[in-house]
Amino acid sequence: MPEMSTGQAIKKALSLCLDNYEEAFLAGEDIGIYGGAFGVTDGLLEQYGENRIKDTPISEDVIAGLGVGAAITGMRPIVEMQFSDFIVNAMDPIVNQAAKLHFMYGGSVDVPLIVRGASGGGTGAAAQHSQSLESWFCHVPGLKVVTPSGPQNAYDLLLASFIDRNPIIFMEHKLIYKIKEDVQINDFPKDSSLLGKGKIISEGSDITVVSYSNMINTAKEAINDKKLEKYSVELIDLMTLSPLDIDLVISSVRKTGRLLMCQEASGDSSVGSTVITEVVSSEAFKKIKTPPKLLSGLHSPMPSAKHLENKVIPQKDDIINSILKVIENE
Amino acid sequence: MTLDKNKKLELFRMMLLIRMFEEALEEMFSRGILHGTMHLSIGQEATAAGACLALTKEDLITSTHRGHGHCLAKGADTFRMFAELLGREDGYCRGRGGSMHIADLSNGNLGANGVVAGSLTIAVGAGHSLKMQKKDNVTLCFFGDGAVNEGSFHEALNLASLWELPIIFLCENNQYGMSMASENAIAGGSIIKRAESYGIESISIDGNDVENVYETVAGYKESILSKGKPRFIECLTYRYRGHSKSDRNLYRTDEEINFWKEEKDPLIRFSGKLLEEGYKKADLENIENEVKEEIKNSVKKALESPESSETNLEEDSYA
Ligand SMILES: Cc1ncc(C[n+]2csc(CCOP(=O)(O)OP(=O)(O)O)c2C)c(N)n1
Ligand SMILES: [Mg+2]
Repeated sequence: MPEMSTGQAIKKALSLCLDNYEEAFLAGEDIGIYGGAFGVTDGLLEQYGENRIKDTPISEDVIAGLGVGAAITGMRPIVEMQFSDFIVNAMDPIVNQAAKLHFMYGGSVDVPLIVRGASGGGTGAAAQHSQSLESWFCHVPGLKVVTPSGPQNAYDLLLASFIDRNPIIFMEHKLIYKIKEDVQINDFPKDSSLLGKGKIISEGSDITVVSYSNMINTAKEAINDKKLEKYSVELIDLMTLSPLDIDLVISSVRKTGRLLMCQEASGDSSVGSTVITEVVSSEAFKKIKTPPKLLSGLHSPMPSAKHLENKVIPQKDDIINSILKVIENE
Repeated sequence: MTLDKNKKLELFRMMLLIRMFEEALEEMFSRGILHGTMHLSIGQEATAAGACLALTKEDLITSTHRGHGHCLAKGADTFRMFAELLGREDGYCRGRGGSMHIADLSNGNLGANGVVAGSLTIAVGAGHSLKMQKKDNVTLCFFGDGAVNEGSFHEALNLASLWELPIIFLCENNQYGMSMASENAIAGGSIIKRAESYGIESISIDGNDVENVYETVAGYKESILSKGKPRFIECLTYRYRGHSKSDRNLYRTDEEINFWKEEKDPLIRFSGKLLEEGYKKADLENIENEVKEEIKNSVKKALESPESSETNLEEDSYA
């Protein structure tokens, strides 16, 4: 198994799509000679040529619309929003078109489109280049929302997304790009059933901690901290936010009786608020020992200064303290 | 619109200030004391300096991700700008905005925008305000060549023209939007033809000739104030540094970069011209020393400013 960064694992998955499906192509800003703003597509232009690695002008609306139109006419586009913040310039093709065409046209068309974008804060890029907008898309029927947390699941989730026949919003947190691990270079899955499945990262019995995207990596550090020695923590990576593997969370909370949800995005009307609502309205309710907690980013735009960013984004110590708070119910 | 001696020296001083400000940023970045990324306008100083000198404090500007020069030329203080980039309480946005988002309303700077073409439609609103408020002022909207391929560019020009708004659209065509050469991005090949197609009087000029930029903006401002209607200027220029801190410059040649640095540099050209016109070398050197001193003092003072306050981040999201 080769060791790879998440960026390299995503590139590997993209290559597999391009190698095996001649209808696959990539389009986006600076994905060619520049190699993508985060280096994900570095070298693909030389390998696959200009017909399949399409550098576009700075025009997010038509980048997404191009994807929709190509997808309904037999191609398999994978388009990039350089920073996922700029997806707001492409909301019409994504929300009003891609998400709705299959239903609206009575099932006569599919929109097998992937929209990838770099999300999240922590790089000092400030309010317009640091957002975590994933929950916006969970609110739209017809879209699937995928949030890898590291190399292996980014690789597997991208292949599953490609196999799927629906429009996929694939949010890559900027801070996962450089994370490395050994990656199993799996072949295409038989179906896309990986989408909608969460994963238990570590088993435990005292509390269920649920998270996704880069916050999983902060949570992993937190649960291994000495301050939590006494406790056994179960950590779940949701991996896909829509559809949401709520059954996995419910069965875990039935076992542990406690729930902490952690996310970088603001908590208001978010993935985390949905997770908690679903759990407390399920049969897990009777097993809940202490009030569940949502640890989220502050309801504030991302500031540029490092010390302010660290305030807005939950840090390792915030997770530790929240776990203690839920368990000890103080 | 001819420039008197003081104005010429002011243009020279401002271009130097912008360059030295950004060189100081580069130096701090390489020492690891600046967090985040930044977009430097080194090589493009003439557009900011020339355009803003033709405006008064009450005229408005909107700026871009590459906006340090626009801010400085519109009157921003170097200390408060350094403080902003360093995340200090004295910064223009109290460490919340950073390099890409400096706003300085007291000098008519409505703010730098990190979204390509994000400020074009805002400039339309600002121009509309000036018109409704019957002010004798204009809004000058800076944007790059990359912005002309966003839908909002077209919506903004169309409405500004229909409603005859007092706006100068100033496109800094530095010939690349990140790695994309503008000739490969702009169908039809001409930016000003696009503006003209909306019925907007337009001109394409050498954006590295600071006097030319000044005179063009000043002339357009005068005609807007007498006749209404927006105007459009394309300033041809060039950025020497990478797009941002992560750029490997694979999409252009060293020869091309060196040609612009050696043959077209706005500072070298203008100081040469001033000397030819009889300005004294010592006077220019004095200005240079003053600017150096100002930068040094501002950096020092900014580093002494307290870290910006961490409290009320959520409350700060609302008025
Ligand atoms: C809507 C949007 N899309 C993409 C980006 C990423 N981006 C930032 S600057 C830039 C290039 C802009 O080129 P141009 O307008 O020519 O300005 P320049 O950088 O050359 O000054 C890109 C692609 C962005 N900030 N906003
Ligand atoms: Mg440009």
